[in-house]
Amino acid sequence: MVDISTTMPGREGGNANGGEEARSVDISTSLSGLLLSNPVIPASGTFGYGREYWDLYDLDILGSIAVKGTTLEERGGNPLPRIAECEAGMLNSVGLQNPGIDRVVSEELPELYLHYKKPVIANISGFSVEEYVAVAVKMDAAPNVGILELNVSCPNVRGGGMAFGTSASNISLVTREVRKACSKPVYVKLSPNVTDICEMARAAEDAGADGISLINTLLGMRIDLRKRIPVLENVTGGLSGPAVFPVALRMVWQVSRAVDVPVIGMGGISSSEDVIEMMMAGASAVQIGAANLRNPFACRDIIMDLPRKCEELGIRSLREIIGIM
Amino acid sequence: MKESIYKITENCQIADKTFGMELSGDSAAVSRPGQFINILLPGSFLRRPFSVCDYGEGWIRIIYKIVGKGTEKMSHLQKGDELSVISGLGNGFDLSRIPESCALIGGGAGVAPLYGLCKRLLLEGKKPAAVLGFNNAGEVFLEKEFRNLNIPVTVATVDGSFGQKGFATDFFEEGGYAVCCGPEAMMRVLYKKSGDGMFSLEARMGCGFGACMGCSLETRQGFRRICKEGPVFQKEDLLW
Ligand SMILES: Cc1cc2nc3c(=O)[nH]c(=O)nc-3n(C[C@H](O)[C@H](O)[C@H](O)COP(=O)(O)OP(=O)(O)OC[C@H]3O[C@@H](n4cnc5c(N)ncnc54)[C@H](O)[C@@H]3O)c2cc1C
Ligand SMILES: Cc1cc2nc3c(=O)[nH]c(=O)nc-3n(C[C@H](O)[C@H](O)[C@H](O)COP(=O)(O)O)c2cc1C
Ligand code: FES
Repeated sequence: MVDISTTMPGREGGNANGGEEARSVDISTSLSGLLLSNPVIPASGTFGYGREYWDLYDLDILGSIAVKGTTLEERGGNPLPRIAECEAGMLNSVGLQNPGIDRVVSEELPELYLHYKKPVIANISGFSVEEYVAVAVKMDAAPNVGILELNVSCPNVRGGGMAFGTSASNISLVTREVRKACSKPVYVKLSPNVTDICEMARAAEDAGADGISLINTLLGMRIDLRKRIPVLENVTGGLSGPAVFPVALRMVWQVSRAVDVPVIGMGGISSSEDVIEMMMAGASAVQIGAANLRNPFACRDIIMDLPRKCEELGIRSLREIIGIM
Repeated sequence: MKESIYKITENCQIADKTFGMELSGDSAAVSRPGQFINILLPGSFLRRPFSVCDYGEGWIRIIYKIVGKGTEKMSHLQKGDELSVISGLGNGFDLSRIPESCALIGGGAGVAPLYGLCKRLLLEGKKPAAVLGFNNAGEVFLEKEFRNLNIPVTVATVDGSFGQKGFATDFFEEGGYAVCCGPEAMMRVLYKKSGDGMFSLEARMGCGFGACMGCSLETRQGFRRICKEGPVFQKEDLLW
């Protein structure tokens, strides 16, 4: 039983009278034996290593945190502009800018621990199987990492990321090698830019994955009409935000029926209704990405609203609705 | 940084495609001129960043140019309308590093943040001069406000239809201290001509508060976020 209303900082529009209702709703969930006080997890790449958010609200209300995609070496990312927009979403071509695994485990994760005591999800990227393994092993040893999330789906880097995630045999290889080398649960984060998402999910499961995360961003593009050039310097980028929600929901539904391991659903979630819908489709927990950039309090607001929304929909325990479709 | 609801107290055209907007709300997070605010506009997914032109207790003034869908919609907002605003973003101008005599050079919408800066430099007893660059007479704004501060003001228009004919950079004395905001081409010229200075940069932003790495710039100190460690960079930081 989770009563979040007592720890919540007040905010207009918030769940002021949710205290009584919240007591009768269980919004906790679990991932591979890890108990989450609620299913809401900020998605990798939209929450850094927590630094930009811990002064804004109490991070301990979050179910977990998926940290920025980390690689072996420091990466500066792609040239600017890296951000474009569309009707109900955004495109990014950041290209995995991060300080590299050594600084992440020696500086970022220990500092995050001062503000967030629960286990975090380590998002891992690489350009070869060896690199994935090297980063995963170091993350595996970090005390506040609870789950390893292999990002085989970044559309913004050449040779790495999505190049792995669009081939079932590559997914299988990288998953097997990381699984062998590490002790913590290994989740594989899939790219939606494939013909058959279930084939990729099964490849990961067969190779020993403990769970599946999806979706990463959809490959997209925008053109500046006046300048007659692509808006993004990288030409293409990854689409996310509310525009992708129905696609993400469909893929989570398909994958959760195709595999037996838990699924973390994401893509376009921006309200407590979206969380519930994603869980009905089969997600055991959810991640929230682009919504944090538009509203830095998005995760907090959604967590505050969840018990009330569950009550309204006659849901007594979120776990009961996972995969009921 | 602070997210709060602001009420529009004024939104009127001040030059061609250029509007002045005054917002009332909690401005406590604004600590320096040159910082920016990020506004959530109805109908847009991402927020829109605008430099603080001037501010005081309970109010912020911005000046914006219509360049696309968001700013077009913004121009139709009415007095009394409410907006979600994140204020107090970015580093702003470090006044302590600006010498007693300096030139404030603005190009187009980039003139806006220099006004609030100019007022505060004068309060510190410094002696700024302003060079304001525009394409033509119709685009000129804030000229009278700058003159009312009793400082030397040069207005340059590319077509010569107002003030001096030429680029703002033509009227900057080589070797001086330049505090500038405007098109990158203008600032690159000032980078070459100036002895030292500060440069306020722009980027398409995802979040505006340092979370998405959408606005990263390689500097002499390594990678820096224009929205967080910027938008104002010291001359020695830039790799131009
Ligand atoms: C720190 C900072 C301060 C700024 N201060 C001012 C100011 O004081 N006055 C002013 O008129 N403008 C300012 N700008 C530029 C202003 O943010 C853009 O003109 C505005 O976002 C355009 O929105 P739009 O929807 O009309 O344009 P669209 O082209 O339709 O916008 C589409 C997307 O591109 C982005 N975008 C487009 N042009 C720019 C640009 N030049 N810089 C950054 N993002 C852009 C938008 O934010 C949006 O995400 C500033 C930008 C930054 C980064
Ligand atoms: C700016 C930005 C950076 C991202 N960086 C990463 C990353 O480093 N690793 C990763 O696995 N996914 C990354 N993603 C993808 C998100 O984690 C998420 O899968 C995707 O955006 C869909 O969720 P959303 O629609 O809620 O944003 C990034 C997304 C955005 C918008
Ligand atoms: S715009 Fe997101 S980090 Fe600067």
